[in-house]
Amino acid sequence: MTSATARTLRALPTLLRIGVAETVAYRAEFLVWILTTTQPLIMLGLWTSVAREAPFHDYSSSRFVAYFLAMLIVRQLTGNWVAWQISEEVRSGAMAMRLLRPVHPFFAYAASHAAAIPFRSIVALPVAFALLASTGASALTTDPVQLALLVPSLALAWLATFAMLFAIGALAFFLTQTMAIANLYFGLFSLFSGYLMPLELLPGPIARAAAWLPFRFMLSAPVELMIRSHTPGERADLLGGQLAWTAILLAMALGLWRAGVKRFEAVGG
Amino acid sequence: MIRARGLVKHFKVHKRAPGFASALRALVRRKYEVVKAVDGVSFTIERGERVGFLGPNGAGKTTTLKVLSGLLHPTSGEVVVEDCVPHRRQAAFLGKITLVMGQKSQLIWDLPPSETYAMNRAVFDVPKAQYDQTLAELTELLELAPLLDKPTRQLSLGERMKCELAAALLHRPTTLFLDEPTIGLDVAMQVAIRDFVRSYNQRHDATVLLTSHYMDDVVALCPRIIVIDQGKLIHDGDLRQLIKTMDPDKRVSFTLTQAIAEDELARLGALLARDGLRFTLRVPEREVGAVIARLLGALKAADLAIEDPPLEDVLRVMFGRTRTPGGSAPGHPRDDSAGEPAPGDAGGQSAAGGSS
Repeated sequence: MTSATARTLRALPTLLRIGVAETVAYRAEFLVWILTTTQPLIMLGLWTSVAREAPFHDYSSSRFVAYFLAMLIVRQLTGNWVAWQISEEVRSGAMAMRLLRPVHPFFAYAASHAAAIPFRSIVALPVAFALLASTGASALTTDPVQLALLVPSLALAWLATFAMLFAIGALAFFLTQTMAIANLYFGLFSLFSGYLMPLELLPGPIARAAAWLPFRFMLSAPVELMIRSHTPGERADLLGGQLAWTAILLAMALGLWRAGVKRFEAVGG
Repeated sequence: MIRARGLVKHFKVHKRAPGFASALRALVRRKYEVVKAVDGVSFTIERGERVGFLGPNGAGKTTTLKVLSGLLHPTSGEVVVEDCVPHRRQAAFLGKITLVMGQKSQLIWDLPPSETYAMNRAVFDVPKAQYDQTLAELTELLELAPLLDKPTRQLSLGERMKCELAAALLHRPTTLFLDEPTIGLDVAMQVAIRDFVRSYNQRHDATVLLTSHYMDDVVALCPRIIVIDQGKLIHDGDLRQLIKTMDPDKRVSFTLTQAIAEDELARLGALLARDGLRFTLRVPEREVGAVIARLLGALKAADLAIEDPPLEDVLRVMFGRTRTPGGSAPGHPRDDSAGEPAPGDAGGQSAAGGSS
């Protein structure tokens, strides 16, 4: 283990603690914030009304309930906003102070965002689990192996999402302002990740593209593990896809950062 | 030690005229110009030196400090600080330096300074015992005790600046880049910060490179000054020698007990200021002895003071009479934004022009 890695690992508990302190610094905003990112509940309402009379393709109303509540849980655990944060810090020059600290900003941002997860989920997750248990339990998998695989799958989904948004944030070194790119990303993400609808309901060519693009592995993969039984081969494909895309996105994020930071103009001050 | 050899830093800056049509044209075709913020600067600063870094707005001072602290990659030239190449930003390098920017905060805005200190202890890997000792010293010297647990956003500018200094020094850096550390502070606080920087320099044999628009900071702290203008080094040497070279005349101030004829006053020296019977004259150095003798003898002057010219005046001479050391005079063809560009900011001023 290099001294830089050891130093970073020693710093992580403090960075996580500071992240928690920042998350809860404003009580009113904190309470409003934990109620956000509930779009899956809207989609749930929409799709269950579509399937009220009869199943839509293979999706019954209760299956939609299970899908979107599982989606809500995964989204709550894996979402982050680091692209917006990096973009703003580069644009304003505030990034300068971060670069003067001997811990790679990837880890500093990651700790800060990871610290927010329990608070982000404090309301939504209990509600989602309760609803899931009461209305969609029949659609959930009970396979212990698959449930065990959910943990690495969620971790990989979080890391892949974080790496993707970190890479988009790092584009600010080249473009200064990356909000439009982040919005474009979110549009693609919504379509290809299963955020708006189960991927198998997408038209053929789009569904085939979604199977290969990274977005499925950032959100849909853990959901698929939660609500559907898979053969060992399918599980391996899902986890393998997640692993591969996480590695690619990490390489892309760190590569863009390394190239971008050379162009940093450190404006202001 | 700090060594710069032929340091060059150029920025490519987007330029466009004001107005709607110009904004639309810039969407299709952008005009850029290269600004030579630093243009071949060389100097060496030995361990433990305190050096003032002066120049008008847009001269390239802050750009140079950012290159020296590793934030900017130089366009060309060689830079070595603490035996490291700054832009590689190795942990060993970052642990030995600090950069304090008066207009930029490293404190976590929503949390008390004590939380930033805890974070800095963690990321700089400062041993607990050393951290406790350093924080205790800084708390005493800077009178931080009542501030440590107040949210940063609720601190006054002066309080925040003291907390910034402590955050910047907790890891005991041996090279300090101080960019306008007293900006916006009242006189008492400026003096406190100066005293603290001098004390830190002496106790830790730390190298200090200071930019400030307050010449009192520079005079009080820096025996040596480096002056740059339009990205080029124009002076590097002893502060007093610079003053003597640029303006060898002395300022002689005194109070008379009775009125004096104008022609007699003119024979003593050039009148610079008058307040009742209190006068300040500009007197050539070789004539100072005779003038003093006359003032103390026949004229019975009291409260006599002989001083070097203010550094502001010296720099005003140096930069030409259209500019002051603190900023460009109105109508000067090269405004602040030209020297220190703010890429991504159409005006280039809001983000970069505050200091150079």
